[in-house]
Amino acid sequence: MGIHRGHRARPLEWIAERGIFLVALSTILMIFLIFVFVGREAMPILFGQENSALIKPVIPPEEMDRLKPEELQAYLGLSDKAFRQMERETLRELMIVKQEAQEEIPEQLRNDPDAHLNTTEWSAMLLPRQWSGYDEPVYIWQPIGSIHKYNIVPLIIGSLKVTLVGLLVAVPLAVGAAIYVSQLARPRVREVVKPVIEMLSGIPSVVIGFFALLVMASVLQSVFGYQTRLNAFVAGIALSFAVIPLVFSIAEDALTSVPRSYTQAALALGASRWQTAWQIVLPTALPGVFAAVVLGFGRAIGETMIVLMVCSASVVSWSIFDSARTITTTIAAEMAEAVAGGHHYRILFMLGAILFAVTFISNLIGDVVIHRLKHRLEGKR
Amino acid sequence: MNPIPPTGMIIPTEPGRHFRAGKFDFWSFFFSGLTGLATLLILAILAVLLGNIIINGWPNLSWHFVSTIPRKDFFDPATTGVLPMIIGTTIRVFVMTIFVLPIGVITAIYLTEYAPTDSMLTRIIRAAVNNLAGVPSIVFGLFGLGFFINFIGRNLDEFLQNPGPVWGQPAVLWASLTLAVMTLPVVIVATEESLKAIPLGLREASLALGATKLETICKVVLPQALPGIMTGGILAVSRAAGEVAPILFTGVAYYMASLPSKLSDQFMDLGYHVFVLSTQSPDIERTRPILYATVLVLLLLTFALNFVAILIRARVRKKLRALG
Repeated sequence: MGIHRGHRARPLEWIAERGIFLVALSTILMIFLIFVFVGREAMPILFGQENSALIKPVIPPEEMDRLKPEELQAYLGLSDKAFRQMERETLRELMIVKQEAQEEIPEQLRNDPDAHLNTTEWSAMLLPRQWSGYDEPVYIWQPIGSIHKYNIVPLIIGSLKVTLVGLLVAVPLAVGAAIYVSQLARPRVREVVKPVIEMLSGIPSVVIGFFALLVMASVLQSVFGYQTRLNAFVAGIALSFAVIPLVFSIAEDALTSVPRSYTQAALALGASRWQTAWQIVLPTALPGVFAAVVLGFGRAIGETMIVLMVCSASVVSWSIFDSARTITTTIAAEMAEAVAGGHHYRILFMLGAILFAVTFISNLIGDVVIHRLKHRLEGKR
Repeated sequence: MNPIPPTGMIIPTEPGRHFRAGKFDFWSFFFSGLTGLATLLILAILAVLLGNIIINGWPNLSWHFVSTIPRKDFFDPATTGVLPMIIGTTIRVFVMTIFVLPIGVITAIYLTEYAPTDSMLTRIIRAAVNNLAGVPSIVFGLFGLGFFINFIGRNLDEFLQNPGPVWGQPAVLWASLTLAVMTLPVVIVATEESLKAIPLGLREASLALGATKLETICKVVLPQALPGIMTGGILAVSRAAGEVAPILFTGVAYYMASLPSKLSDQFMDLGYHVFVLSTQSPDIERTRPILYATVLVLLLLTFALNFVAILIRARVRKKLRALG
C-alpha cells in the first residue's frame, strides 16, 4: 500500500527510514540464523566428523612428538583456543589420561565388535544392525549404556505415525467445518462460530497434553479397548486439536476468497448450496485446501509438548524407548541429559535440523500455493 | 479471459439469503448436515476441554494457592502454591514484549508503508514471516541454546572475563529472546492488518498539509493503529505464555528456592509446571486437584488475554470492512 508522494524526507528522517528498512530484514536474518546455528551444532554429524566409538586407537604419550599439531589437536578433541593455551606438559597429561581411560574399559566390552563401531555414521543411523545380544538386525535408538545406539528410523516412523493419525482426524473435521462456515452457514452463525474455532488455537499445547493424559486416554481406552493406555493413537487425536484451528482458518480463508460471481452463477443455474460448494467452490479453492493440509502437517510434525506428555510420559523417567517416540519428544526429553558438545547432543541438534528442513519446505510449499491461488482468484494485486 | 467482473457489477448479497435452490435434494441435505456435524464436533471438543478444566479446577483455586511459594516437594496439595511460576512466566513474557514489539511494529510499518508491492525483496520478507510462524517451537528451543547461550552468552562471558558461566547458561533473558523470535510473526501480521485498515485519505491529508512521510506515519498512522498493535502484543503474550518447548533448554528450572532477581537467573514457569505435575508426580490421584488448579491459572492467563485480543481484532476487522 504505502504512498510515494509528499515532501522529501529530512536528513535525519532519511536515516530513520533506512533504519526501518534494516529492521524489516530481521525476519530474513532470523530464518538465516536458525539455519546457521542449529546447523552449526549438527555439522560434525552431518559430515561424519564425529566418532562415538567406545574404543579408539590409542597413541602412547611417548609418541607425542611424532604427531603434527593438527593431528594431536584432533586426537585430544580440543578447540583451537584451548589447544593454543595449553602447555606441552598439560597436553602430555591429557594423552596419559586418555590412554588410562581406554585401558579401564573392561575386557568383555573390548571384544565386542559394537564397541569399535562409530554409531554416528549415516549407515549406523539409518540401517538396521545386529547388535551383540540381539538375535536379528534391528532399528534401535538407545542413547544410554556403554554403547550408544543412534538409529533414527524409529523416531522418524514414530513422528510420521503420530502425525498421520493427527491429520486423518483433523483434516476432515477442519475442512468440513470450513465448508460449512464459509459456504453453508448463515452470516450470524458464521460470525460466532469462526472466532470460537479460532479460540481453540489459543489453548496452550501443555493444556491439550494434560487433558489427553488425564481425561482422554482413559475414555478412549474404554471405548476402543486396546491394551496400552498411552499410545500414538491418543497422541494423534490430541495432536489434531492443535492442528484443527490452523487447517480450518487457512481452508476457510481459501474458500471465502472464491469470487461471489462463481457461486451466484451456479445457484442461478439451479444448483443447491451444497452442490455449489462441492462442485464449484471446493475445486476452485482446492490448492488452498491442499496448502492448509501441508501447513497442518508442518504444525503436527513439529508439535512437542502434547506428544511428550501423552506418548512418552513414562519413558522420560524410566528411559525405555518405544517406537511411538517422535523426533520432537526425543529432543525435548534427552537434551537435558546430553553432554554439551558430545555426540548425543550433536545428534539431537541434527534431528532438530532435519525437523527444521522438513517444516521449512512444507511452509514454503504452502506459502507459494496460497500466493498463487490468491493471485489467480483476485487478479494481480 | 478475466473471470472477475468490474466491481460495480457485484450486487452485495448476504450468502444464503437471496439465492435458493429450486427443489429439495437429499444428498445436498445429507452432506450439508455432515459438514455442520463436523463444525459441531469441533465446538464440542472445545466446550468439553474448557468445561472439564473449569469444573475441576475452580473449586481447588484459592488465594492461598496463587500466593504461596512452595517448598521443594511441590506435589503436596496442602502446602503447595504457584506464585513463583506466575512471576516467572510474567517476567519472561514481559521481557519478550520489550524486544518483540518494536521490531515487529517497525517491520510491519516497512511492509505496509514503504515496501514496493511487487518487488522480490518484499516477497522474500513476507515468505520469511510466514515461514517463521511455522517453525516448530522445539526448533526455537534448539536455536536459543545454539545461538543465544552457546554463541552470544559464552562470548559475552569471555568478553566480560567472568570467572564462571554467567550468561553462557540458561537464563530469563535467553528464554525471553527465544520467545521474541518465535512471536515476531504474530506481532507483524496483527500490526499490518491494523495499518491496512487506516484509510489512505488520512495519509494523503497529512501529506497535503506539508508533513513528511515519517511524520505522517508517527503522528497520524500509528496513533490510529494503536488498537491493532495492542492486539498483536496481546496475542504474542498469550501465545508465549503457554509455550513450553522453546524454554526447556533456554531458561526454565524444575525448582528454585528464590524468585529470579537478575536477567541471568533461571526461573520457574507455569506451563512447565503443568508438564512436571502431570508427568513426574509420585501419586497422580493426590496431585490431581493442584494440577487442575494450575492448568486453570495458566488458561486464565493465556485465554483471557486471547479473548481480549479477539474482541479488539473483531472491531478492527469491522472497521476494515466498513471502509471496503
